[in-house]
Amino acid sequence: MLKIEALSKSFDGFMAVSNVNLEVKKGEIVAVIGPNGAGKTTLFNLVSGVLKPDGGRIIFKGENIAGLPPHAICKRGLSRSFQIVNVFERLTVFENVQISLMARENMNWNLITPSSRVLIGETLKILESVGLAEKKDSVCGLLSHGDRKVLEIAVALGVSPEFLILDEPTAGMAPEETGRCIDLIKGLSDNLGLTILFCEHDMALVFAIANRIMVMARGATLVQGSCEEIRCNQTVQDAYLGGSDVC
Amino acid sequence: MNKGFSLGVWGAGIAALAALFLLPAFLPRFYVYLISLMFVYGLLATSLNVVLGYGGVFQFHHCVFYGLGGYATALFLTKTGAPFFVSFLAGGFAAAVLSFVMGLITVRLSKLYFGMLQISLGSLVWAIVYRWYSFTGGDDGIHGISLPDVISSQKGAYYFTLIVTLVSLFIIYRIIKSPFGSVLQGIRENPARSGMIGINVKKHILTALVIGGFFGGVAGALFVVVDKTVFPDMLFWTLSLEVLIMCLIGGWFNFFGPMLGAAVVIALRTFVSGYTVYWALVYGIVMIFVIFFLPNGVLGYLQQKFKPTKGRAVAKEG
Repeated sequence: MLKIEALSKSFDGFMAVSNVNLEVKKGEIVAVIGPNGAGKTTLFNLVSGVLKPDGGRIIFKGENIAGLPPHAICKRGLSRSFQIVNVFERLTVFENVQISLMARENMNWNLITPSSRVLIGETLKILESVGLAEKKDSVCGLLSHGDRKVLEIAVALGVSPEFLILDEPTAGMAPEETGRCIDLIKGLSDNLGLTILFCEHDMALVFAIANRIMVMARGATLVQGSCEEIRCNQTVQDAYLGGSDVC
Repeated sequence: MNKGFSLGVWGAGIAALAALFLLPAFLPRFYVYLISLMFVYGLLATSLNVVLGYGGVFQFHHCVFYGLGGYATALFLTKTGAPFFVSFLAGGFAAAVLSFVMGLITVRLSKLYFGMLQISLGSLVWAIVYRWYSFTGGDDGIHGISLPDVISSQKGAYYFTLIVTLVSLFIIYRIIKSPFGSVLQGIRENPARSGMIGINVKKHILTALVIGGFFGGVAGALFVVVDKTVFPDMLFWTLSLEVLIMCLIGGWFNFFGPMLGAAVVIALRTFVSGYTVYWALVYGIVMIFVIFFLPNGVLGYLQQKFKPTKGRAVAKEG
């Protein structure tokens, strides 16, 4: 579904992403792991159109999307959430998700129908599926960090993507919130059939939900493989997992 | 969301409307003129607030559209035989076209850079109007524009202004509350994320600019009806600043904030300048108080005080 070929990006000569190759098949959950500064977020920014790559191709559903603006990539069915919560701060939880749905329905050019009458049921459905229905009228600037991270995912879900990129979905969450988040991500894959690419530092979470793992270090792909292969790989142990626990 | 206004709000609204329609019967001509002006500036400030308060766009030179609307209507009335109705709408549409052209250039920039480029482009338009004597009358402007009999009296102009302002406010309100308006507020909050959920942010902002420009132009055309003159100062950037201040004083996160702000500023300018030539000093002090103590404007403060809801749309500190 998504195929990244020889992708690279440099900032003032610093190669943040160099020659990365990755393929994600439909229905898979693929994790990208690696130490801080390995280029995980830059990679996601390239795929979602926030940054334009210097070289390489990003093939999404058979079409090269490298260098397209974010809204065009989103319209092709690829949506993402952010590591640092990036939502509509002074709007309510409900409005946050509703705007996302409006964008999907191309309703943003509707100047006539009151917003209070459109997409109510569907918005509530998404909020219920992520467990934020009770807080729908809260201004999202006042939510707890865990709820904000969940809302972050809910906004990304509003556009009904086929492919979802999650940038550290559980960063800064309390342990019990992390558990809820794991269930949520698994549910997205099982129930909605979403293809998911995510990066995460919580190894328990990675091994719990990922089908395949790509390890990045210093902007390049170190190794790719199944959870077992990664767990037992000596290079990965040295570069990132930091233990000598080779099976 | 405030679904279904309470009975009290409806009652107050209807009473206010009735009062506005009856006022000219009791008030002297000067006050009728003054209140008409408040409507004109109120509509102008509200049209700016579409992009400023709801779109988060720093439209620093909004008066260009107001002035151009006024000039378009005045020129149509004096130089062509077009009926009044056509001339009046020409004001709005001319402003919308200018807004579109300027928007195409400025929308690439964000925040302060947008505002700065806008001031320069707007000043260019002002300079053209100011120097083109044969067409615009230069710094003399155009005076004694003749209007249809129904609206040429002070009372007629008042009722015309009142009705056009109410209709315009209603349309703007509907637009703000529509999905277009919701998405616009989303862009104000977070332009980057709006792009990530599939919204073409620049196109959306450009549309909002054209809508704001159109109603700015309508306000300009209304000024022609009230004052029967146009002059280059209508496009000068100091007036833009004043309109911006109207939004801030009234409350730019409230729909009616700019209307109230316009009324306050016009009243201050008219009555204080009767006592002292240093009226701008009073004005400045009021501004300082508003910024320090009422960061959400007068209406924002009143709303917080009397309707302590979840404190939505609160200005960020600092």
